[in-house]
Amino acid sequence: MVTKSLPVAKALNEALRAALEADPKVLLMGEDIGKLGGVFRVTDGLQKDFGESRVMDSPLAESGIVGTAIGLALRGYRPVVEIQFDGFVFPAYDQIVTQLAKMHARSQGKVRLPVVIRIPYGGGIGAVEHHSESPEALFAHVAGLRIVSPSTSSDAYWMLRQAIRSDDPVIFFEPKRRYWDKGEVTLPDSGSAAGDAPPGELHEARVARAGTDLTLAAYGPMVKVCLQAAVAAEEEGKSIEVLDLRSMSPIDFDTIQTSVEKTGRLVVVHEAPVFYGAGAEIAARITERSFHHLEAPVLRVGGYHAPYPPARLEEEYLPGLDRVLDAVDRSLAY
Amino acid sequence: MTTELVQLLTPEGHRVDHPEYAVDPSAEELRGLHRDMVLARRLDAEAVTLQRQGELALWPSLLGQEAAQIGSARALRPRDHAFPSYREHGVALVRDVDPAHLLALFRGASNGSWDPAERNFHLYTLVIGSQALHATGYAMGVAKDGADTAVIAYFGDGASSQGDVAEAFTFGAVYDAPVVFFCQNNQWAISEPTERQMRAPLYRRAPGYGFPGVRVDGNDVLACLAVTRAALDHVRTGSGPMFVEAFTYRMGAHTTSDDPTRYRDEAEVEEWRAKDPILRLRRLLEREGHADEAWFAALDEEAEALARRVREIVRTMPDPDPMTMFDHVYADGHALVDEERARFAAYQASFVDAGRSN
Ligand SMILES: Cc1ncc(C[n+]2csc(CCOP(=O)(O)OP(=O)(O)O)c2C)c(N)n1
Ligand SMILES: [Mg+2]
Repeated sequence: MVTKSLPVAKALNEALRAALEADPKVLLMGEDIGKLGGVFRVTDGLQKDFGESRVMDSPLAESGIVGTAIGLALRGYRPVVEIQFDGFVFPAYDQIVTQLAKMHARSQGKVRLPVVIRIPYGGGIGAVEHHSESPEALFAHVAGLRIVSPSTSSDAYWMLRQAIRSDDPVIFFEPKRRYWDKGEVTLPDSGSAAGDAPPGELHEARVARAGTDLTLAAYGPMVKVCLQAAVAAEEEGKSIEVLDLRSMSPIDFDTIQTSVEKTGRLVVVHEAPVFYGAGAEIAARITERSFHHLEAPVLRVGGYHAPYPPARLEEEYLPGLDRVLDAVDRSLAY
Repeated sequence: MTTELVQLLTPEGHRVDHPEYAVDPSAEELRGLHRDMVLARRLDAEAVTLQRQGELALWPSLLGQEAAQIGSARALRPRDHAFPSYREHGVALVRDVDPAHLLALFRGASNGSWDPAERNFHLYTLVIGSQALHATGYAMGVAKDGADTAVIAYFGDGASSQGDVAEAFTFGAVYDAPVVFFCQNNQWAISEPTERQMRAPLYRRAPGYGFPGVRVDGNDVLACLAVTRAALDHVRTGSGPMFVEAFTYRMGAHTTSDDPTRYRDEAEVEEWRAKDPILRLRRLLEREGHADEAWFAALDEEAEALARRVREIVRTMPDPDPMTMFDHVYADGHALVDEERARFAAYQASFVDAGRSN
């Protein structure tokens, strides 16, 4: 075992490398993932080391990528496919919703589809249209899909390893604006089982910072913003607990409940539009579970019911520090 | 088909005959084609520079594809409609779309601010292949109306792999839609060479759908003009679509975010440099005496003026008002959007009141 400080993108790269080494059935497929190493370099060097038959540049067709991944999985492979950007997953949406998500149930459990779909998602990188979206709720609404999103390098590594080991389809949302953020990762020794055990469950939420006055719940790119908000609030004497949810399907409601029953206040933060978003589901569940502990209604901070705006406006659209703190103040004012 | 690649002008600038396709442009038309290509290249180069200076978020360069774009766009009649992908700055120029619109899009100040009906030039489409269906549907409408309009759909070699493009071929064929599918095969889809997208020449795909396909030298503006004109005439007869594969080359990076040294040889780029679309027309103009030094110098000055205008447009372009995020989400208004707009306005105002800036 060795502990290294790695950017999120590199941690993902190490996870893919380890998975390719550990299981000959693991395959990677996607647009520009070979020589180029993916537009974010997450697959950098993997085609060189594992060959074109295991790291496959695909034709430019997302429905084709996911549809053939289903076929490869039926044949016993474990495809890990890359969708180049969030806004380009939709040609594959039919295959994901009507086929990938349902085949296990339709076959009464006889068919398993261990397919991982990696999607860089979210805004904040000043990109043009369709390159900044957060479509996780569109997938979370579909039974049969597991949906996760790491926020740290360590989670990037381990959650991807776990996703690849899962016998269910997993949509793995990568917070693209955090690709370059560094964090410590304890990597197992190559080819050895020692240290090859993940530090936690794939779908467990993590207390990223303990606090007593209010709970901020977030995942992916917004965890960092919430941690910054907690630091800022501390200067004003407010003790904020930050939860990194890590998983959007299933959601670890137990951890949220425990936190909320301690703090009495919950604000859910995500980049995705709040309308029909993860925050709505969490607010409803926590209200059901912890009604008598709540000192304030569950508040949500997120995107608007408007198309993701041109990059010059994204700072206004994305929930930033100020908007999170504003919600904190509003909750505490009840 | 007698020859596989339709060419009317060699890289050395010599005219060649083709049994099926011919154009006989006047000296003025030849100079016009040259001017369009030079201006398109200058606009493009300036935009790349502005991106490097941080003024634009991104720019997909058309370098090397001037003949394919100008030749095909010059074949259009004013009432014809073009459905571009995202690299068709040359087509936009010919259609007289204000470059400010393209620059705003790639600056991240808009997602498409022009009115497609004004110049019959539709919005850029970043989702690969989608517009092929829109063009086909538009053409289906034209056919229903019995109108004398043709439609052209631009897309790339990579896009040819998308289901939407295959579906567009089917719809176009079965409804005899007056649409020309114009594929700029620039040999690359970001880092992927055409072997990743196809194992038979693209233009040969068309007969399988029941309409003709032709491959044209995409660096030969005369051939692109002749073939596209013929294709538009063909679709106007009501006998269904036609497919044109413009065989060309993406001389630059995919976009300013891309690093082609990771995946392609400079030797290949060099090979195509010898086939430069602008140089070959210049050679023709010079050999046949259609333009003199003074004319070329004046054109250079015009190109510089365009570049100055482009710089000026970008450097003085205001950021959009944040409130515009909530504009035009629906044509008829929507209660939730209204509520969010009002709350956003109040939130913005609270910063002004508190003396804080956002
Ligand atoms: C549906 C979809 N998938 C992926 C992308 C990312 N992408 C942008 S351009 C491109 C390559 C396009 O190649 P081609 O069609 O040959 O056009 P070119 O860029 O060469 O003009 C890719 C994969 C996208 N824009 N849309
Ligand atoms: Mg191409």
